[in-house]
Amino acid sequence: MTATAISLRGLSKHYDQVRAVDDLDLDIADGEFFSMLGPSGSGKTTVLRLIAGFEVPTAGTILLGEDDVTTRPPFARDVNTVFQDYAIFPHMSVLENVEYGLRVKKVGRSERRKRAEEALATVRLEAYAARRPHQLSGGQRQRVALARALVNRPKVLLLDEPLGALDLKLRREMQIELKQIQREVGITFVFVTHDQEEALTMSDRVAVFNEGRIEQLAAPVDLYERPASAFVAGFVGTFNLFQGEAARAVVGEAGSFVIRPEKVRLDAEAPTDVTGLCIAPGVVREVVYLGSTTSTVVALDAGPTVTVSHPNTDTSIDAALERRDQRVVLTWRRDHLVPLASSETAALPEEETA
Amino acid sequence: MPPMLWLGVAYLGALAALLITSLWTQNDFTGEIERAWTLENFQDLFRVDVYRTITFRTIGIAALVTVIDAVLAFPIALYMAKVASPRAQRLLVIAVLMPLWASYLVKAYAWRGMFSADGPIAWVAAPFGLHSPGYGLFATTVTLSYLWLPYMILPVYAGLERVPSSLFEASADLGAGSWHTLRRVVLPMAFPAFVAGSIFTFSLTMGDYIAVKIVGGTTQLLGNVVYDNQGAANNLPFAAAVATVPIVVMLGYLAAARRTGALEQL
Repeated sequence: MTATAISLRGLSKHYDQVRAVDDLDLDIADGEFFSMLGPSGSGKTTVLRLIAGFEVPTAGTILLGEDDVTTRPPFARDVNTVFQDYAIFPHMSVLENVEYGLRVKKVGRSERRKRAEEALATVRLEAYAARRPHQLSGGQRQRVALARALVNRPKVLLLDEPLGALDLKLRREMQIELKQIQREVGITFVFVTHDQEEALTMSDRVAVFNEGRIEQLAAPVDLYERPASAFVAGFVGTFNLFQGEAARAVVGEAGSFVIRPEKVRLDAEAPTDVTGLCIAPGVVREVVYLGSTTSTVVALDAGPTVTVSHPNTDTSIDAALERRDQRVVLTWRRDHLVPLASSETAALPEEETA
Repeated sequence: MPPMLWLGVAYLGALAALLITSLWTQNDFTGEIERAWTLENFQDLFRVDVYRTITFRTIGIAALVTVIDAVLAFPIALYMAKVASPRAQRLLVIAVLMPLWASYLVKAYAWRGMFSADGPIAWVAAPFGLHSPGYGLFATTVTLSYLWLPYMILPVYAGLERVPSSLFEASADLGAGSWHTLRRVVLPMAFPAFVAGSIFTFSLTMGDYIAVKIVGGTTQLLGNVVYDNQGAANNLPFAAAVATVPIVVMLGYLAAARRTGALEQL
């Protein structure tokens, strides 16, 4: 077991009647890329601000390594933050921004300059040291914010939805770059996002937040393939849920089960060998072209509607379109079904409950 | 275009008339204005010691009032912009604006009462064996600082409110204590707003003569010279020449302010 960078014990933050963070226990390992994923208002940003010291917890403790920092102000904690709006000082040059933390700590001039230039090189902004923030693009400002935090070599770097304001292409590039930078510098990253793809792409582990609590904490693969609840299954990717009557009819057991759309086969007729398979006949209701994949919505004879997803290996979807209103048979491996601990109907996220 | 024309006639026209008048002279016997071009008024302004003294005194008081107002306004504006709840913020804005609803004369006379020989300041000073400083430069500075304070608070408040709070958090996050954040982030970011406010406090002081008359004792500022020459002496050309001094000083001040980018804050 590696050393712990951050331990949260019984951490709570209440605003009047709202429990933004509710009795949270969490350990983040040294050098980990840790993501906190959840819808807005789920408490993930509040946890980040509690770790940074911008908020004072209602109850509980925050340990940074061995140090209890619960009551320490932000400037006395060995963490740095990349803000959602970057919070670049507009009256300073890029270099002055990056040097700010070192200047505060009274690091000598030449040492300061050297480290700031290194940090700018890490984010590939060497050529922009003399620029003013208003002369930079959104992506460049984001890098300045990153360099300004990294230059202090904090124990933990906190990132509050840093890619939210960038366009999709740039966001994808930065995801990969952030991961690379994290591996290079070896600092623990705590990353807050509401974008499930972002969390899955970059993280070693992801905590899914819902109403101030952690719904599930797991590696990306486990989170996607073994969601612990309908909420997680719905928030991380698209899913098909069978419960109650439908579960008995389709799966042949009582309980709640989840199957991912890409795990389902769609054929005109049932296969001959059915060992270890679930088989469900139905009618195609809708065919949706999504570029790299095509989604097909099938109304099962047993009642529920199932979304099936397939990669577009061909350049035409005519074949798929022809199946509209046709009878089909869906099959999937029984061991791909994920049984949920309890039949939760209440905690479904708003969207993507296919 | 018509609005600009209106401004040209009503505003610049009046100023032009003033400047032209200042280049005329007055017949000492008849008191009649003689429309002969001369620089005599401006020469007097620089040659006669008392006018030179009054000019520098006026600029000095204007600068002092500006500094006092800036120092007083900053903590109030910072509290209003970044600490107070939205409700308290609204109440404070009203509280700052409220003195502006009262008549200028009432406020000036209120300070006359404060500084009078048996006024509140005298009561407070008496146990320490002191007196009220009485009417003069000190009372004038205090009264003018009081009168123009809202004109400094409001721009500084507006300027600070536009600074995102995340900048303060970022400064703290990077290890800076409150003092460092104040000096390196808050003050530099608020500086243009201070300059904007100072344009009001400075120019209003440069032109004032009523408060000086009420609490200034025998002290004179440029405004009084203008007033006395118009009224008692009826020397309109010389009054006009004196009146151009604050205008020139303010033009210089505005040119300097422009370079700080403060005029975009108005």
